[in-house]
Amino acid sequence: MRAFTYERASSPAAAASAVAGTKGAKFIAGGTNLIDLMKIEVEVPTHLVDVNGLGLDEISETEEGGLRIGALVSNTALAADQRVRRDYGVLTRAIVAGASGQLRNKATTGGNLLQRTRCPYFYDTNQPCNKRSPDSGCGALHGYSRQLGIMGVSDQCIATYPGDMAVAMRVLDAVVETVKPDGMTRAIPIADFHRTWESAPEKDNVLEAGELITAVTLPKPLGGTHLYRKVRDRASYAFALVSVAAVIQPDGTGRFAVGGIGAKPWRSTAADAQLRNGASAAAQVLTQGAKTTEHNAFKVPLVERTLAAVLAEARSKGAAA
Amino acid sequence: MKFDNPAGKNPIDRMKVVGKAYNRIDGPLKTTGQAPYAYERHDVAEGQLYGYILGSAIAKGRIKSMDLTDAQNAPGVKGVVSTLDHDPMKSNFNTASLFGGPQIQHYHQAIAMVMAETFEQARAAAALIRVDYAREDGRFDLEALAPSAPPADGKEVSYGDFDAAWASAPVKHEARYTTPAESHSMMEPHATIAAWKKTDDGRDHVTIWTSNQMIQWNKMALAGVLGIEQDQVRVDSPFLGGGFGSKLFLRADAVVAALGAKQVGQPVKVMLQRPLIFNNTTHRAATIQSISLGAEKDGKLTAIRHISTNGNLPGGDTEGSTAQTQFLYASPNRYTNLHLAEMDLPEANAMRAPGEAPGMMALEMAMDELAETLDMCPVKLRVINDTQVDPTKPSRPFSERHLVECLQQGAAKFGWPEGGKYPKPGGKRDGEWLTGIGMAAGFRDNLLMKSAARVRLKPGGRLVVETDMTDIGTGSYTILAQTAAEMMGLPLEAVEVTLGDSDFPASAGSGGQWGANNSTAGVYAACVKLREMAADKVGFNAADVDFDEGEIRSGGNAVALSDAAADGELVAEDGIEYGDIGERYKQSTFAGHFVEVAVNAYTGESRIKRMLAVCSAGRILNPKSARSQVIGAMTMGAGAALMEDMAVDTRFGFFVNHDLAGYEVPVHLDIPHQEVVFLDEVDEKSSPMKAKGVGELGLCGVGAAIANAIYNATGVRVRDYPITLDKHLEKLPAIA
Repeated sequence: MRAFTYERASSPAAAASAVAGTKGAKFIAGGTNLIDLMKIEVEVPTHLVDVNGLGLDEISETEEGGLRIGALVSNTALAADQRVRRDYGVLTRAIVAGASGQLRNKATTGGNLLQRTRCPYFYDTNQPCNKRSPDSGCGALHGYSRQLGIMGVSDQCIATYPGDMAVAMRVLDAVVETVKPDGMTRAIPIADFHRTWESAPEKDNVLEAGELITAVTLPKPLGGTHLYRKVRDRASYAFALVSVAAVIQPDGTGRFAVGGIGAKPWRSTAADAQLRNGASAAAQVLTQGAKTTEHNAFKVPLVERTLAAVLAEARSKGAAA
Repeated sequence: MKFDNPAGKNPIDRMKVVGKAYNRIDGPLKTTGQAPYAYERHDVAEGQLYGYILGSAIAKGRIKSMDLTDAQNAPGVKGVVSTLDHDPMKSNFNTASLFGGPQIQHYHQAIAMVMAETFEQARAAAALIRVDYAREDGRFDLEALAPSAPPADGKEVSYGDFDAAWASAPVKHEARYTTPAESHSMMEPHATIAAWKKTDDGRDHVTIWTSNQMIQWNKMALAGVLGIEQDQVRVDSPFLGGGFGSKLFLRADAVVAALGAKQVGQPVKVMLQRPLIFNNTTHRAATIQSISLGAEKDGKLTAIRHISTNGNLPGGDTEGSTAQTQFLYASPNRYTNLHLAEMDLPEANAMRAPGEAPGMMALEMAMDELAETLDMCPVKLRVINDTQVDPTKPSRPFSERHLVECLQQGAAKFGWPEGGKYPKPGGKRDGEWLTGIGMAAGFRDNLLMKSAARVRLKPGGRLVVETDMTDIGTGSYTILAQTAAEMMGLPLEAVEVTLGDSDFPASAGSGGQWGANNSTAGVYAACVKLREMAADKVGFNAADVDFDEGEIRSGGNAVALSDAAADGELVAEDGIEYGDIGERYKQSTFAGHFVEVAVNAYTGESRIKRMLAVCSAGRILNPKSARSQVIGAMTMGAGAALMEDMAVDTRFGFFVNHDLAGYEVPVHLDIPHQEVVFLDEVDEKSSPMKAKGVGELGLCGVGAAIANAIYNATGVRVRDYPITLDKHLEKLPAIA
């Protein structure tokens, strides 16, 4: 870990301004990912701006009938919120499928969106990695890539976004609210928040320098059956090989997003439209253009099979209700 | 004490303390955080500096130059130990050099250690070391190298005429099986604090407080690499957070700690950071095994062949995966051999049940396949091929062999189907889960090793046991106390056990599941001597005394045991040594493993539902700690069957998933239900304790039982471990 300076911010705009004003500065909230990466010098911030004291830890109802989740709401608090459990079950299910109780207590809503890839070549500073060290090459592409991505990837990078929470937020059409160093705010649909790796894989998302996430808003509830299915080698405490977040209506229509396969939580409205035709049709549309390696080609059929499991579960739950 | 003939009746047979399910006596220390693990021994030496090890960034080649300037000038840094300042250092127990010289033999080989006032300073400074490497091509792909790998010297076992018997066998099964490289990944990484001092005669003396399974081996090894005499070294390792073989031998932490402490004239402590464990230390070799089983139509085996290939660094050893195939089943014709490919991956070496663990994963899957070919009950197939003698040396009986009882009791307890045959593979559904059952035999040798101890009867009647035996989480403290208490007629609370110090008498140490039987037998021997001394002291005839309830009794007379030490402690030291009894009788341990699994019909995820092991391992010294050993081993077997796999980058030559996020081991949710049954037995040929090892038995065979259950659930046979979902996903039965 390299030496760094540290300050506590007094307001979201001041925090944004502080990060923008210091080259190599970063925000720190829960720190569950950042500090690990700092220890091995994958992340080498010169200055940390601590946003933990900014409030931003409330969940409130919006005028549109949705929820506004402060960026510093912990994963634990978000998953446990009665309104979330009642109206956005897919989000609770996704969050509790990830990490451990201890980590979820520390991890924040904003920070979780910024979780970096778990690609082993990204973590090993002796290896080439365009995401960690631009233009050094991709160690994973022709290396060990079983865990890695098939969608939104390129010869430059095949990293996956590893988290669970964002996959559910993608299916819910969440919106990420931010403040910039100049105090201007913007609302970024989650579909546009994470990048893909056609170019500049070192940049995970569209945030500008110093831009701070202040909240995530959820539109009004969708109804339907909310499911999150996470497929992994061991039963708990592992990143997804494939995960499916879905909201399925009684008539069989609905929407789904897939984790573990791409640069970002993967969803397409064309694939959603195929749901009424079954898992095979919908999965085929979603994984069109998949770029696989010999190690991760199984993810294509696994998406279809996992979606089939989710749809079957939705049918049985719908029937029970 | 020489043990050369079957044990007669002795004080242990009373089983007043031995054989009872005591909680481990060191439990409170561990649960309250007071057990002194190596890295936390702040009190043993003043002024400890923190070390941080830099591992090589390349797998093979040479260091052209190293620039230490920035690291040396970094805040808090007191010195840097450089590989370029030393000759290559390794002991006879190591294949790869542990430290020293410009040559790089494997990835993450230790090449420097920074010493600083804080851990954070040392870590930051280590990142400032600039190394210029000359990278060389290496051999990293076992699949590519295996076909031309030659047989290793002296490993061939040939009996009868396999070729002829195979040619004429009416029923045959032949297949290729693979097991991946596995990491010990014990909870506590390797760690050492080293401090030097001058002894009275002016010589240098080093103490290492470390985490090690074999104290005398390591004392010898460290003295050797440092070029000093053994009496200039003390090794102390009273507690280990697991080892599984990774801490059998001297490792880089101890070497660089000793070198660094010498260099700066100050104690140094260092722990291998977790990502170094996988490539810096040792691992279980990956294997490619081919097995041929020929049988009569009634299932009697007539021909067995098993050839296993693994890779290792030049000079490295084989993974003896055919060990059990020599002994487990009767057959008049047999051929086993080991092939060894020279490779440039990190050193492969012993991991819990070396040989049998991966060997049984293959052999017991092959037996399952043969049973299917024969359309026969897999339990019965094993029962009818039982042997009570060493099959390639029929004049040599097993000391005790109750494999058949293990299998039959296990089948009954598990609820194995009527008639014994498997349900139709892939035929049973429970909601979205395909369910299946599987079984396998378990087999692991019992090894006899000499082991010594000292016992002190203190004024007041307390008894202190001293031996350099280690407790790697197994329960050594407790069973040694039980042994001493039984021998001296004392309650368990009257005994204090001190372990892990090389100044104590040399024990068998912890490894190869030999620790429990041999180290307790060593304490037994010392106690026999103490009993004689105590009887003499109180004027009783040593040939006619009984030690019970804190008294020495003879005829109608009784005196308190403490009277024997009334005018000063009595000290007795002795050990157990074995003649050729292990040669005259084949000594092994046996089990029947039974498993039920569920495989998700959609996603192919395999989840264990329940596991049962029925074990035969002589006298069980403490049913609670023995059970813990077996369920731990079964858990490790579940990891081996389902997820553990060190992935090799065959271009750059390293194990890629070198942390505990990438190298998955089972979590609680993977292990819902385990049951262990021990047969009620003694083995009079194993030692005066009549006990045998259990720590590795639970691992040997269980992986195959899981694999066989997965096959029964899915109808898809996967012969490449671990059986992850991608290997059977697209062959699963159609989703209804």
